[in-house]
Amino acid sequence: MPELRTALHQWHVDHKARMVPFGGWSMPVQYAGIVAEHKAVRTAAGLFDISHMARVSFSGADALNLLERVFTNSVAGMKEFQVRYGLVCNEAGGILDDILVYRWPYGYAAVINAGNREKILSWLNGHAKGLDVQIHDQTMDTTMVAVQGPKAVALCAGMFEADPSSLKYYFALPTRYQGQDCVVSRTGYTGEDGLEIIVPNALGVSLWEDLVSRGAIPCGLGSRDTLRLEAAMPLYGHELNESINPIQAGLGWAVKPSKGDFIGRAAMLEFVANGTMPVRVGLEVDGKRAAREGSAIFGPDDEPAGTVTSGSFCPWLEKSLAMGYVPPAFANPGAAVEVDIRGARTAATVVPLPFYKRIT
Amino acid sequence: MDLESLRYAESHEWAKQDGDVVTVGITQYAVDQLTDVTHLQLPKVGAPLTAGKPFGEIESVKAVFDLNAPVSGTVLEVNAKLAADPSAINLDCYGPGWMLKVQLAPGATLDHLKTKAQYDMQLAEEAH
Repeated sequence: MPELRTALHQWHVDHKARMVPFGGWSMPVQYAGIVAEHKAVRTAAGLFDISHMARVSFSGADALNLLERVFTNSVAGMKEFQVRYGLVCNEAGGILDDILVYRWPYGYAAVINAGNREKILSWLNGHAKGLDVQIHDQTMDTTMVAVQGPKAVALCAGMFEADPSSLKYYFALPTRYQGQDCVVSRTGYTGEDGLEIIVPNALGVSLWEDLVSRGAIPCGLGSRDTLRLEAAMPLYGHELNESINPIQAGLGWAVKPSKGDFIGRAAMLEFVANGTMPVRVGLEVDGKRAAREGSAIFGPDDEPAGTVTSGSFCPWLEKSLAMGYVPPAFANPGAAVEVDIRGARTAATVVPLPFYKRIT
Repeated sequence: MDLESLRYAESHEWAKQDGDVVTVGITQYAVDQLTDVTHLQLPKVGAPLTAGKPFGEIESVKAVFDLNAPVSGTVLEVNAKLAADPSAINLDCYGPGWMLKVQLAPGATLDHLKTKAQYDMQLAEEAH
Protein backbone atom coordinates (compact mmCIF):
# COMPACT_ATOMS: atom_id res chain seq x y z
CA MET A 1 0.00 0.00 0.00
CA PRO A 2 1.44 3.42 -0.87
CA GLU A 3 2.38 5.61 2.07
CA LEU A 4 0.03 8.46 2.89
CA ARG A 5 1.39 11.99 2.69
CA THR A 6 0.48 15.00 4.81
CA ALA A 7 -0.16 18.43 3.30
CA LEU A 8 3.33 19.35 4.55
CA HIS A 9 5.11 16.47 2.81
CA GLN A 10 6.66 18.56 0.04
CA TRP A 11 7.77 21.19 2.55
CA HIS A 12 9.56 18.52 4.58
CA VAL A 13 11.30 17.13 1.48
CA ASP A 14 12.23 20.63 0.26
CA HIS A 15 13.76 21.40 3.66
CA LYS A 16 15.96 18.30 3.72
CA ALA A 17 13.99 16.31 6.28
CA ARG A 18 14.80 12.62 6.37
CA MET A 19 11.51 10.89 5.59
CA VAL A 20 10.58 7.52 7.09
CA PRO A 21 7.47 5.33 7.03
CA PHE A 22 5.43 5.63 10.24
CA GLY A 23 1.94 4.31 10.91
CA GLY A 24 1.20 4.08 7.18
CA TRP A 25 2.48 7.63 6.48
CA SER A 26 5.68 9.12 5.13
CA MET A 27 6.86 11.38 7.96
CA PRO A 28 9.99 13.43 8.78
CA VAL A 29 12.17 11.72 11.39
CA GLN A 30 14.56 14.67 11.64
CA TYR A 31 15.82 17.84 9.98
CA ALA A 32 19.17 19.05 11.38
CA GLY A 33 19.40 16.37 14.06
CA ILE A 34 17.49 14.82 16.91
CA VAL A 35 19.64 16.31 19.68
CA ALA A 36 19.30 19.92 18.46
CA GLU A 37 15.56 19.50 17.89
CA HIS A 38 15.06 17.92 21.32
CA LYS A 39 16.92 20.78 23.02
CA ALA A 40 14.97 23.39 21.03
CA VAL A 41 11.74 22.03 22.51
CA ARG A 42 13.12 21.97 26.07
CA THR A 43 14.51 25.54 25.85
CA ALA A 44 12.41 27.44 23.26
CA ALA A 45 9.86 26.04 20.80
CA GLY A 46 9.75 23.16 18.34
CA LEU A 47 7.24 22.46 15.59
CA PHE A 48 5.96 19.00 14.63
CA ASP A 49 3.78 17.82 11.76
CA ILE A 50 1.37 15.42 13.48
CA SER A 51 -1.15 15.25 10.65
CA HIS A 52 -0.71 11.47 10.61
CA MET A 53 -2.71 11.30 13.85
CA ALA A 54 -6.34 10.44 13.09
CA ARG A 55 -8.95 13.15 13.73
CA VAL A 56 -12.52 12.00 14.14
CA SER A 57 -15.65 13.95 15.09
CA PHE A 58 -18.89 12.63 16.58
CA SER A 59 -22.36 14.09 16.30
CA GLY A 60 -25.87 12.82 17.03
CA ALA A 61 -27.90 12.26 20.17
CA ASP A 62 -26.00 9.09 21.13
CA ALA A 63 -22.43 10.40 20.67
CA LEU A 64 -21.94 10.60 24.43
CA ASN A 65 -23.32 7.07 24.93
CA LEU A 66 -20.93 5.64 22.34
CA LEU A 67 -17.89 7.40 23.79
CA GLU A 68 -18.74 6.39 27.37
CA ARG A 69 -18.99 2.79 26.18
CA VAL A 70 -15.62 2.64 24.36
CA PHE A 71 -13.51 5.06 26.46
CA THR A 72 -12.11 4.17 29.90
CA ASN A 73 -12.18 7.73 31.22
CA SER A 74 -15.31 9.73 32.03
CA VAL A 75 -16.78 11.73 29.15
CA ALA A 76 -19.97 12.94 30.86
CA GLY A 77 -17.78 14.50 33.54
CA MET A 78 -15.92 16.66 31.01
CA LYS A 79 -16.53 20.40 30.80
CA GLU A 80 -17.24 21.99 27.44
CA PHE A 81 -13.95 22.58 25.56
CA GLN A 82 -12.13 20.13 27.83
CA VAL A 83 -9.75 17.49 26.45
CA ARG A 84 -9.27 14.18 28.23
CA TYR A 85 -6.79 11.31 27.83
CA GLY A 86 -7.98 7.72 28.11
CA LEU A 87 -7.87 4.27 26.61
CA VAL A 88 -9.99 2.25 24.22
CA CYS A 89 -9.90 -1.34 25.48
CA ASN A 90 -11.32 -4.69 24.41
CA GLU A 91 -13.55 -6.79 26.72
CA ALA A 92 -10.46 -8.48 28.20
CA GLY A 93 -9.07 -5.06 29.16
CA GLY A 94 -6.32 -5.11 26.52
CA ILE A 95 -5.47 -1.69 25.12
CA LEU A 96 -6.66 -1.07 21.54
CA ASP A 97 -5.43 2.53 21.57
CA ASP A 98 -4.76 5.55 23.73
CA ILE A 99 -6.69 8.59 22.55
CA LEU A 100 -7.72 12.14 23.40
CA VAL A 101 -11.41 13.03 23.55
CA TYR A 102 -12.53 16.65 23.02
CA ARG A 103 -15.90 17.90 24.28
CA TRP A 104 -17.53 20.70 22.26
CA PRO A 105 -20.86 22.41 22.99
CA TYR A 106 -22.16 20.75 19.80
CA GLY A 107 -20.52 17.31 19.90
CA TYR A 108 -17.29 15.46 20.47
CA ALA A 109 -14.01 14.75 18.71
CA ALA A 110 -11.13 12.35 19.21
CA VAL A 111 -7.48 12.16 18.20
CA ILE A 112 -6.34 8.59 17.57
CA ASN A 113 -2.91 7.10 16.84
CA ALA A 114 -2.04 6.96 13.13
CA GLY A 115 -1.35 3.25 13.07
CA ASN A 116 -4.65 2.46 14.79
CA ARG A 117 -6.93 4.67 12.66
CA GLU A 118 -8.63 1.90 10.71
CA LYS A 119 -8.85 -0.48 13.66
CA ILE A 120 -10.45 2.13 15.93
CA LEU A 121 -12.79 3.45 13.24
CA SER A 122 -14.09 -0.05 12.67
CA TRP A 123 -14.37 -0.61 16.45
CA LEU A 124 -16.32 2.66 16.80
CA ASN A 125 -18.57 1.90 13.84
CA GLY A 126 -19.22 -1.60 15.17
CA HIS A 127 -20.35 -0.26 18.54
CA ALA A 128 -22.36 2.57 16.93
CA LYS A 129 -24.81 0.16 15.29
CA GLY A 130 -28.36 1.04 16.29
CA LEU A 131 -27.25 4.33 17.88
CA ASP A 132 -27.95 7.85 16.67
CA VAL A 133 -24.31 8.83 16.12
CA GLN A 134 -22.42 10.02 13.06
CA ILE A 135 -18.68 9.40 12.96
CA HIS A 136 -16.70 11.63 10.59
CA ASP A 137 -13.06 10.84 9.81
CA GLN A 138 -11.48 14.24 9.09
CA THR A 139 -7.89 13.01 8.95
CA MET A 140 -7.37 13.43 5.21
CA ASP A 141 -8.96 16.90 5.07
CA THR A 142 -7.06 18.56 7.88
CA THR A 143 -3.51 19.32 8.96
CA MET A 144 -2.43 19.04 12.59
CA VAL A 145 0.73 20.54 13.98
CA ALA A 146 2.16 20.74 17.49
CA VAL A 147 4.16 23.75 18.66
CA GLN A 148 5.85 22.77 21.90
CA GLY A 149 8.24 24.33 24.39
CA PRO A 150 8.44 27.10 26.99
CA LYS A 151 8.14 29.79 24.27
CA ALA A 152 5.48 28.00 22.19
CA VAL A 153 2.33 29.70 23.46
CA ALA A 154 3.87 33.19 23.42
CA LEU A 155 5.09 32.90 19.84
CA CYS A 156 1.51 32.20 18.69
CA ALA A 157 0.31 35.58 20.02
CA GLY A 158 -1.99 37.27 17.51
CA MET A 159 -2.16 34.35 15.08
CA PHE A 160 -5.73 33.33 15.85
CA GLU A 161 -8.94 35.28 16.37
CA ALA A 162 -9.07 33.98 19.95
CA ASP A 163 -6.10 34.18 22.32
CA PRO A 164 -4.74 30.70 23.10
CA SER A 165 -2.67 31.97 26.05
CA SER A 166 -5.92 32.00 28.04
CA LEU A 167 -6.38 28.25 27.47
CA LYS A 168 -5.93 26.03 30.48
CA TYR A 169 -3.90 22.82 30.15
CA TYR A 170 -5.99 20.16 28.37
CA PHE A 171 -8.57 22.60 27.08
CA ALA A 172 -9.26 23.45 23.43
CA LEU A 173 -10.63 26.38 21.51
CA PRO A 174 -12.45 26.41 18.20
CA THR A 175 -11.29 29.67 16.60
CA ARG A 176 -10.21 31.02 13.20
CA TYR A 177 -6.88 31.17 11.38
CA GLN A 178 -6.69 33.35 8.25
CA GLY A 179 -10.46 33.53 8.28
CA GLN A 180 -11.02 29.77 8.39
CA ASP A 181 -12.20 27.50 11.20
CA CYS A 182 -9.47 25.84 13.20
CA VAL A 183 -8.97 24.19 16.60
CA VAL A 184 -6.23 25.11 19.07
CA SER A 185 -5.68 22.93 22.13
CA ARG A 186 -3.23 23.21 25.01
CA THR A 187 -2.01 19.65 24.71
CA GLY A 188 1.14 17.86 23.62
CA TYR A 189 3.39 14.85 23.75
CA THR A 190 6.75 16.34 24.77
CA GLY A 191 6.50 17.11 28.48
CA GLU A 192 6.48 20.85 27.69
CA ASP A 193 3.78 23.49 27.53
CA GLY A 194 2.45 24.07 24.05
CA LEU A 195 -0.37 23.95 21.56
CA GLU A 196 -1.73 21.53 19.01
CA ILE A 197 -3.45 23.18 16.05
CA ILE A 198 -5.83 21.72 13.45
CA VAL A 199 -6.50 23.65 10.21
CA PRO A 200 -7.95 22.74 6.79
CA ASN A 201 -5.26 21.22 4.52
CA ALA A 202 -5.27 24.31 2.30
CA LEU A 203 -3.85 26.34 5.21
CA GLY A 204 -1.34 23.71 6.38
CA VAL A 205 1.77 25.13 4.73
CA SER A 206 0.97 28.75 5.58
CA LEU A 207 0.35 27.85 9.24
CA TRP A 208 3.63 25.92 9.33
CA GLU A 209 5.63 28.72 7.68
CA ASP A 210 3.97 31.29 9.93
CA LEU A 211 5.13 29.35 13.00
CA VAL A 212 8.63 28.86 11.57
CA SER A 213 8.91 32.61 10.88
CA ARG A 214 7.95 33.25 14.50
CA GLY A 215 10.87 31.13 15.67
CA ALA A 216 9.54 27.60 16.05
CA ILE A 217 12.19 25.03 15.02
CA PRO A 218 10.95 22.26 12.68
CA CYS A 219 11.30 18.90 14.42
CA GLY A 220 10.81 15.31 13.34
CA LEU A 221 9.40 12.19 14.92
CA GLY A 222 12.86 11.26 16.24
CA SER A 223 12.91 14.06 18.79
CA ARG A 224 9.18 13.60 19.44
CA ASP A 225 10.09 10.08 20.54
CA THR A 226 13.02 11.07 22.80
CA LEU A 227 10.97 13.94 24.28
CA ARG A 228 8.03 11.70 25.14
CA LEU A 229 10.41 9.08 26.53
CA GLU A 230 12.00 11.61 28.91
CA ALA A 231 8.47 12.66 29.93
CA ALA A 232 7.61 8.91 30.34
CA MET A 233 4.58 9.14 28.08
CA PRO A 234 3.65 5.70 26.73
CA LEU A 235 3.72 5.04 22.98
CA TYR A 236 1.24 2.65 21.40
CA GLY A 237 3.01 -0.39 19.94
CA HIS A 238 5.76 -0.06 22.57
CA GLU A 239 4.45 0.46 26.12
CA LEU A 240 0.85 -0.22 25.06
CA ASN A 241 -0.71 -3.04 23.04
CA GLU A 242 -3.62 -5.45 23.14
CA SER A 243 -1.95 -7.76 25.68
CA ILE A 244 -1.20 -4.90 28.09
CA ASN A 245 -3.91 -3.38 30.29
CA PRO A 246 -4.09 0.21 31.58
CA ILE A 247 -3.55 -0.75 35.21
CA GLN A 248 -0.17 -2.39 34.63
CA ALA A 249 0.77 0.45 32.29
CA GLY A 250 0.39 2.90 35.17
CA LEU A 251 -2.64 4.52 33.52
CA GLY A 252 -5.18 3.64 36.23
CA TRP A 253 -5.80 7.39 36.64
CA ALA A 254 -7.42 7.34 33.18
CA VAL A 255 -9.79 4.46 34.06
CA LYS A 256 -13.03 5.38 35.84
CA PRO A 257 -15.04 2.29 36.86
CA SER A 258 -17.23 4.64 38.94
CA LYS A 259 -18.67 6.24 35.76
CA GLY A 260 -20.74 3.12 34.97
CA ASP A 261 -20.22 0.30 32.52
CA PHE A 262 -17.77 0.46 29.62
CA ILE A 263 -16.00 -2.12 27.51
CA GLY A 264 -13.30 -3.76 29.62
CA ARG A 265 -14.61 -2.51 32.99
CA ALA A 266 -15.02 -5.95 34.59
CA ALA A 267 -11.52 -6.98 33.54
CA MET A 268 -10.15 -3.69 34.88
CA LEU A 269 -11.60 -4.33 38.35
CA GLU A 270 -9.88 -7.72 38.38
CA PHE A 271 -6.56 -6.15 37.37
CA VAL A 272 -6.79 -3.67 40.23
CA ALA A 273 -7.35 -6.53 42.71
CA ASN A 274 -4.55 -8.63 41.19
CA GLY A 275 -1.14 -7.44 42.34
CA THR A 276 1.05 -9.84 40.38
CA MET A 277 1.05 -8.50 36.79
CA PRO A 278 4.26 -6.98 35.40
CA VAL A 279 4.13 -3.19 35.65
CA ARG A 280 5.65 -0.35 33.63
CA VAL A 281 8.82 1.04 35.19
CA GLY A 282 11.54 3.53 34.34
CA LEU A 283 15.16 2.41 34.09
CA GLU A 284 18.27 4.53 34.30
CA VAL A 285 20.97 2.56 32.51
CA ASP A 286 24.68 2.91 33.36
CA GLY A 287 26.82 4.41 30.61
CA LYS A 288 25.70 5.94 27.34
CA ARG A 289 24.58 2.90 25.36
CA ALA A 290 20.84 2.73 24.80
CA ALA A 291 18.82 -0.26 26.01
CA ARG A 292 16.49 -0.44 23.03
CA GLU A 293 13.10 -2.09 22.61
CA GLY A 294 13.33 -5.84 23.15
CA SER A 295 16.36 -5.75 25.47
CA ALA A 296 15.94 -8.37 28.20
CA ILE A 297 15.86 -7.23 31.85
CA PHE A 298 17.38 -9.43 34.59
CA GLY A 299 16.96 -9.37 38.37
CA PRO A 300 19.77 -9.31 40.95
CA ASP A 301 20.03 -13.11 40.95
CA ASP A 302 20.24 -13.21 37.15
CA GLU A 303 16.59 -14.23 36.80
CA PRO A 304 14.68 -13.03 33.72
CA ALA A 305 12.64 -10.02 34.87
CA GLY A 306 11.05 -8.56 31.77
CA THR A 307 11.69 -6.63 28.57
CA VAL A 308 12.46 -3.05 27.56
CA THR A 309 9.67 -1.41 25.53
CA SER A 310 11.43 1.89 24.68
CA GLY A 311 14.95 3.12 25.32
CA SER A 312 17.31 5.79 24.11
CA PHE A 313 20.13 8.05 25.08
CA CYS A 314 18.09 11.10 26.15
CA PRO A 315 19.55 14.39 24.94
CA TRP A 316 18.29 16.74 27.66
CA LEU A 317 18.95 14.60 30.76
CA GLU A 318 22.04 13.16 29.00
CA LYS A 319 21.33 9.70 30.32
CA SER A 320 20.52 6.33 28.83
CA LEU A 321 16.87 5.85 29.86
CA ALA A 322 14.37 3.12 29.18
CA MET A 323 10.89 1.96 30.04
CA GLY A 324 9.82 -1.65 30.33
CA TYR A 325 7.67 -4.11 32.19
CA VAL A 326 8.87 -6.06 35.26
CA PRO A 327 7.07 -8.02 37.99
CA PRO A 328 6.14 -5.94 41.08
CA ALA A 329 9.00 -7.54 43.06
CA PHE A 330 11.50 -5.71 40.81
CA ALA A 331 9.51 -2.51 40.36
CA ASN A 332 10.44 -0.48 43.45
CA PRO A 333 12.49 2.66 42.78
CA GLY A 334 16.09 1.97 43.63
CA ALA A 335 15.91 -1.70 42.63
CA ALA A 336 19.11 -2.82 40.89
CA VAL A 337 18.61 -4.79 37.68
CA GLU A 338 20.62 -5.57 34.54
CA VAL A 339 19.70 -5.08 30.90
CA ASP A 340 21.14 -6.95 27.93
CA ILE A 341 22.50 -4.46 25.40
CA ARG A 342 23.55 -6.37 22.28
CA GLY A 343 24.89 -9.21 24.39
CA ALA A 344 26.52 -7.07 27.10
CA ARG A 345 24.95 -7.11 30.57
CA THR A 346 24.66 -3.52 31.74
CA ALA A 347 23.67 -2.32 35.22
CA ALA A 348 20.46 -0.31 35.52
CA THR A 349 18.37 1.13 38.33
CA VAL A 350 14.59 1.37 38.59
CA VAL A 351 13.72 5.07 38.96
CA PRO A 352 10.41 6.90 39.46
CA LEU A 353 8.54 8.13 36.37
CA PRO A 354 8.53 10.60 34.75
CA PHE A 355 12.28 10.99 34.17
CA TYR A 356 11.70 14.63 33.20
CA LYS A 357 9.12 17.06 34.57
CA ARG A 358 9.06 20.72 33.60
CA ILE A 359 9.49 23.15 36.47
CA THR A 360 6.39 25.35 36.10
CA MET B 1 42.13 14.81 3.11
CA ASP B 2 42.03 13.86 -0.56
CA LEU B 3 38.96 11.68 -0.75
CA GLU B 4 40.16 10.27 -4.10
CA SER B 5 43.13 8.69 -2.25
CA LEU B 6 40.86 6.68 0.05
CA ARG B 7 39.26 3.29 -0.51
CA TYR B 8 35.74 2.53 0.69
CA ALA B 9 33.82 -0.44 2.10
CA GLU B 10 30.23 -1.05 1.12
CA SER B 11 29.33 -0.67 4.82
CA HIS B 12 30.58 2.97 4.74
CA GLU B 13 34.03 2.75 6.30
CA TRP B 14 37.02 4.42 4.60
CA ALA B 15 40.61 3.18 4.52
CA LYS B 16 43.78 5.13 3.75
CA GLN B 17 46.97 3.23 3.04
CA ASP B 18 50.46 4.47 4.02
CA GLY B 19 52.82 1.55 3.34
CA ASP B 20 51.55 -1.32 5.45
CA VAL B 21 49.62 0.89 7.86
CA VAL B 22 45.97 1.68 7.11
CA THR B 23 43.95 4.43 8.80
CA VAL B 24 40.24 3.66 9.19
CA GLY B 25 37.18 5.83 9.76
CA ILE B 26 33.58 6.18 8.62
CA THR B 27 32.34 8.18 5.65
CA GLN B 28 30.37 11.41 5.61
CA TYR B 29 27.40 9.44 4.32
CA ALA B 30 27.49 7.25 7.44
CA VAL B 31 27.82 10.33 9.65
CA ASP B 32 24.83 11.93 7.90
CA GLN B 33 22.79 8.79 8.52
CA LEU B 34 23.78 8.68 12.19
CA THR B 35 23.74 12.43 12.88
CA ASP B 36 24.48 12.84 16.59
CA VAL B 37 26.92 10.18 17.74
CA THR B 38 26.29 9.36 21.41
CA HIS B 39 28.52 6.36 21.92
CA LEU B 40 31.43 4.65 20.23
CA GLN B 41 32.99 1.31 21.02
CA LEU B 42 36.43 0.62 19.52
CA PRO B 43 38.82 -2.34 19.92
CA LYS B 44 42.03 -2.29 21.96
CA VAL B 45 45.53 -1.95 20.52
CA GLY B 46 46.68 -5.40 19.41
CA ALA B 47 43.20 -6.66 18.56
CA PRO B 48 43.04 -8.69 15.34
CA LEU B 49 40.73 -7.44 12.56
CA THR B 50 39.20 -9.44 9.74
CA ALA B 51 38.05 -7.64 6.61
CA GLY B 52 34.26 -7.43 6.54
CA LYS B 53 33.82 -8.43 10.20
CA PRO B 54 32.67 -6.06 13.00
CA PHE B 55 35.40 -4.34 15.05
CA GLY B 56 33.16 -2.07 17.12
CA GLU B 57 29.89 -0.21 17.18
CA ILE B 58 28.66 3.33 16.77
CA GLU B 59 25.46 4.60 18.27
CA SER B 60 23.31 7.64 17.75
CA VAL B 61 20.13 8.68 19.54
CA LYS B 62 18.07 6.71 17.08
CA ALA B 63 20.07 3.59 16.21
CA VAL B 64 23.19 1.52 16.67
CA PHE B 65 25.38 0.18 13.85
CA ASP B 66 28.28 -2.25 13.63
CA LEU B 67 31.60 -0.89 12.44
CA ASN B 68 33.15 -3.33 9.98
CA ALA B 69 36.86 -3.70 9.32
CA PRO B 70 37.69 -2.65 5.75
CA VAL B 71 40.97 -4.61 5.92
CA SER B 72 42.49 -7.54 7.80
CA GLY B 73 45.26 -6.80 10.26
CA THR B 74 46.09 -5.78 13.82
CA VAL B 75 45.11 -2.59 15.63
CA LEU B 76 48.21 -0.40 16.03
CA GLU B 77 46.58 2.71 17.44
CA VAL B 78 43.11 3.83 18.56
CA ASN B 79 41.97 7.46 18.42
CA ALA B 80 41.72 7.95 22.19
CA LYS B 81 40.11 11.38 21.88
CA LEU B 82 36.96 9.83 20.44
CA ALA B 83 36.36 7.72 23.55
CA ALA B 84 35.93 10.86 25.64
CA ASP B 85 34.09 12.86 22.99
CA PRO B 86 32.89 11.24 19.77
CA SER B 87 31.74 14.60 18.35
CA ALA B 88 34.95 14.86 16.27
CA ILE B 89 33.34 12.24 14.01
CA ASN B 90 30.49 14.66 13.33
CA LEU B 91 32.87 17.58 12.79
CA ASP B 92 35.35 15.91 10.42
CA CYS B 93 35.10 12.17 9.89
CA TYR B 94 38.09 12.15 7.49
CA GLY B 95 40.37 14.18 9.80
CA PRO B 96 40.24 14.27 13.62
CA GLY B 97 37.38 11.76 13.47
CA TRP B 98 39.62 8.87 12.35
CA MET B 99 39.14 5.71 14.43
CA LEU B 100 41.98 3.19 14.02
CA LYS B 101 45.43 2.70 12.56
CA VAL B 102 45.80 -0.89 11.44
CA GLN B 103 48.92 -2.93 10.66
CA LEU B 104 47.97 -4.77 7.46
CA ALA B 105 48.08 -8.55 7.78
CA PRO B 106 50.82 -10.21 5.64
CA GLY B 107 49.58 -10.34 2.06
CA ALA B 108 46.44 -8.30 2.80
CA THR B 109 45.54 -5.53 0.36
CA LEU B 110 42.86 -2.91 -0.20
CA ASP B 111 42.05 -4.27 -3.65
CA HIS B 112 38.60 -5.52 -2.63
CA LEU B 113 37.54 -2.02 -1.53
CA LYS B 114 35.81 0.53 -3.74
CA THR B 115 37.34 3.59 -5.35
CA LYS B 116 35.67 6.93 -4.71
CA ALA B 117 33.87 6.71 -8.06
CA GLN B 118 32.58 3.21 -7.26
CA TYR B 119 31.49 4.25 -3.77
CA ASP B 120 29.74 7.36 -5.12
CA MET B 121 27.87 5.10 -7.52
CA GLN B 122 26.76 2.90 -4.58
CA LEU B 123 25.48 5.98 -2.72
CA ALA B 124 23.57 7.12 -5.81
CA GLU B 125 21.91 3.68 -6.01
CA GLU B 126 21.07 3.69 -2.26
CA ALA B 127 19.37 7.05 -2.70
CA HIS B 128 16.73 5.40 -4.90
